[in-house]
This record gives sequence, structure tokens and C-alpha cells, in this order.
Amino acid sequence: MTPSLSINPIDDLRQLFTYPFMVNALEAGTIVAVLAAIVGWYVVLRRSAFASHTLSVMAFPGAAGAALAGLPAALGYYVACTAAALAIGGTARGGSTGRGGYGQAGESAVIGTVQTVGLAAGFLFLSLNAAVLGGPETLLFGTFLGITRGQVLVLLLVALGALATLVAMARPLLFASVDREVARASGVPVALLDTLFLLVLGLAIAATSQLTGALLVFALLVAPPAAAQQLTLRPVAGLVLSVAFALFTIWLALAIAYFSIYPVGFYVTTIGFVLYVLARVAGPGHRRR
Amino acid sequence: MFAHEFVRNAWLAGTFIALACGVIGWFVVVRAQVFAGDALSHVAFVGAIAAAAVGVDERIGLFAFTLALAGAMGVLGRRAQADDVTIGITFAWVLGIGVLLLAILATSAGGASGITTANTLFGSVYALSAGAAVLAAAVALAATGFVVGVARPLLLATLDPELATLRGIPVRALGLCFLAALAVVSAESTQAVGALLLLGLIAAPGGAARVLTARPYRGLALSGAIAVGSMWGGLALSYVISALPASTAVIGLAAAAYAAAGLWSRLGAARLSAGAGG
Repeated sequence: MTPSLSINPIDDLRQLFTYPFMVNALEAGTIVAVLAAIVGWYVVLRRSAFASHTLSVMAFPGAAGAALAGLPAALGYYVACTAAALAIGGTARGGSTGRGGYGQAGESAVIGTVQTVGLAAGFLFLSLNAAVLGGPETLLFGTFLGITRGQVLVLLLVALGALATLVAMARPLLFASVDREVARASGVPVALLDTLFLLVLGLAIAATSQLTGALLVFALLVAPPAAAQQLTLRPVAGLVLSVAFALFTIWLALAIAYFSIYPVGFYVTTIGFVLYVLARVAGPGHRRR
Repeated sequence: MFAHEFVRNAWLAGTFIALACGVIGWFVVVRAQVFAGDALSHVAFVGAIAAAAVGVDERIGLFAFTLALAGAMGVLGRRAQADDVTIGITFAWVLGIGVLLLAILATSAGGASGITTANTLFGSVYALSAGAAVLAAAVALAATGFVVGVARPLLLATLDPELATLRGIPVRALGLCFLAALAVVSAESTQAVGALLLLGLIAAPGGAARVLTARPYRGLALSGAIAVGSMWGGLALSYVISALPASTAVIGLAAAAYAAAGLWSRLGAARLSAGAGG
């Protein structure tokens, strides 16, 4: 039973929903796309792409460590991402003795170091039991095959929790992201929001990376919101547009991957990249610094 | 320990690669380009896979991809510094291409690709041949020499671009050259430390040196020394403990040095403020 593309689009669509694994993948993709697009809108606004990349590679030590301890991989994802979020949130703030209080240079050095320590730990776990994990590629680049009903349910719960937290702090976080100093001066707990946001980001990334793999989370997390912010700076319109872009990306990528032999990660990143380039060309060109 | 040839090769290549990473890393941290370095090291991995897919020498792919990305980042960004969203989306896409190539490679060549992947991702300093080690040392030394040579104008261009432009320093071209040097070091170090761990050797020593001293030349030297020290310690540790991969040991030591530096400076600050208070 190999899937084949026919001329009839209705027939093709029906074919997509024939197998339970594909239905699960589409459901998981939808949940993840909505979550990643909304969290990612703040990531792009706050210019914390590097922190989110670091959190996303934490999926690797998480999964490798969970395999070593005999726990489910998804649990390792969540634990490692949360730990890294706390590490960055804690040290980047405390150690920023540099200019301007926030210390951009020192902060990015901290993030980079946290990232490699996580990866080195993952490599150590992997070399301690090489037999259990098939290879690092699946961890890093993801797969949409073999997603179970249980995983979809957990994804839904995590997404709802993360989104609820984000909605609760949406307005102060927007304020703190747009003008940090004024927000701090008017009594917004900026440092607490930083750490809380990193935690929500960690959850979102742990969820997304189960589908796209650790290295390709950006295709859903950063590309759709970045494209949306090229087109509009209004928060609500931008969020809606961002979700729409992410859904379009993941649905199209899954559909193409279903009919081809090549991995879904390639299609997700390519569609995301093309969307961003198109938005940059078509957009009014206002850049936020 | 030095009776084995592969250990001697590892020490030769490792020492100079660490020196280059440390020296360049200090500028990377001060210029706040850690994310760019990260992107370059990941793209090096795609370059290696692409070379394997086409069937040419791994190093051609490494250098071609990293240099191309460095050029793209330099051209796209203002003052030869691309903003992080552009970097993120671009390198995610390049990684996506890497996945595709990996899949093509896996269906055509068979089982060997898994080992290639693991080696490029995490490095295998003990797998270097004598020729490769000498080449790695030479390239690393050249990159170090370049950065030390342009250290003065580069420092001014980093700290005060407007003043540097007034003084007649080609700020943009210098930024591009710096990215190119970073690309070369990334490509060369990927073979020893691995694409995913390379960043630690760039960010951690530079970060530690920046915490310890604000003086540029001392910081540059300190950063290089910490990187070389981590490399030596890591190589020795992994030789003694056979379960410990060399890359993990090196990165662990570099990160420990950073953490110790952070702690040291915070203690120093506390002592200073206590002395001022009393």
C-alpha cells in the first residue's frame, strides 16, 4: 500500500486521512503549530531567537538521558528544556554586569555555553548506551511517523497549559518586550516575566521538537511569526496571521511528506523560509529594532 | 600517552584549533555574534553531509558552506551583523536541506552514513590522520594570526563603529573578514570538536575572559589560554577515562572555567561592596 498522488485532489485528501498514524500526525501538527506560532510571536518581538534555539537543542540531551534512565523520551524533552530555561533565566540575569544592565554580550555567551553543555551531556549519554537510540538524526530532525493517541493528548494538555500561562501574562509581557526600561520603571516585574516566558518557551519547544526534531523547531517557531511581523506590527492581527502561516506550513509539509520519500523536516523548513522571504519582499518594510 | 600516533595528532590539531577558537571567540562574545557562530557551526555539518552526498572531500563542503553563509550574513545584515531572526530562519532552512541530503545519502549509500553523521555532529579528534592534523594546525594558526593582526582596528570597529569609520577603518569589510575567519575556524574545528560542540569552545572561553578582565589584549590572551587549557585537560581526561568522549570533556572543562570565572567575579564584587560599606 504505497501512497500515490492522483489528479483528483478530493481523492488525494481522502487518502491523507486513511491511516490513523497520519490523522495523529495532522492533529499533533495542528496543536504544535498553534502553540509555536503564538509563543514564537513573542520570541521574534523579544529578539530571543538564540535562546529558543538553545532550548530546542536541549531535546537531544533530554531524549538521550531519558533513554539512559529508561524513561519515556517526551518526559526527558520537558525536563531538559525546563532545566535549560531556568539555567538561562537564572545566570543570564545575575551575571549581566556588563554595559546597559542587560549585558547582551555576556548573555549570549551564557546561552551559548548552556547550549553546548547540554549537547555535550547528550553526547555522553548517547555514548554510554549507543545501542538504545537508533541514531542522532531522528532526535535532531524529527519524524511524524509513529505519533500515538496518548502523545497527541499530552501535546494538547501541554499546549493548553502553556497558552493559558501566556494569556495570563500577555499584556505585561508585551509591555516588557517592547520597552523594557519603562516597564521596569512602572513596576512590571520584568525579571520574573523573563524567566516565566523562558519556561513557557521551553514547554512549547519540547512539544514542537517531538514533531520537527530539535534542530528544525525554528521553521514553526520563528519563521511564521517573523513573516507575520514583516506584514503587520499590530499584536492581534500579527498573532492571527502567525498562526495561519504556521498551520499552512505544517499542513502542506505533512501532505507533501506523505506522498514523498523524503523527511518532513526539509519541507517544513523550506516552506517556512519561502514564506518569510515572500513576506519580506511584500511587506511594507518596517523593521523593529 | 604520547606513544600513540593518534594521540599526538589529536594534541597537535587540538591545541591550535583551541587557540584559534579562544582568540576569535573573545571577539565573537564582545561583538555579540555568538548566535552567528552557532549558525556557522551547524551549517558546517550540512556542508560535510553535502560533500558526502556529492562524493567529494568532506573539507570542501565544510569550507564552501560556512564561507557562503558568512558572506550571506555579512551582506544581509547592517554593519555586517545580521539580526538573529534572519540568522535563525536561514540556518534552519540550510539544516532542512541537510536533512534532505541525509535522507538521500541513507537511501543510496547505506549504513555508513550513520557513522559520518555522528562524527560530523560531535567530532572525533582521535580519528584525525597526521596530514589532517598538520593542516588543521596550519589553518587554525593562520586564522589566529589574522585576528591578532587586525585586533586593533577590529576592536575599535566593534566598540565604536562611527569613530572607526571617521578614522578611515573599513568597518563593513572588516566585519565581513571577521565572519570569514570565523567560518574558516568553524569548518576546520568541526572535524575535531564536532559541529554541535564547537560553539562551546568559542563562547565559553570568550565569556570567561570577558568576565575576568575588561582590558582587551589581556582578555584576548586569557581567552586563548582558557581554550587551550580546556582542550589539553579534556584530551587527557578522555584518555584516562575511556567512556568519556573527548568532545564532552573539553566542553565540560570550558564551561566549568566560565562558571568559575562568573563566581570569582561575583565574589570579588561582593568583597568590594562590603569593603566600601564598612
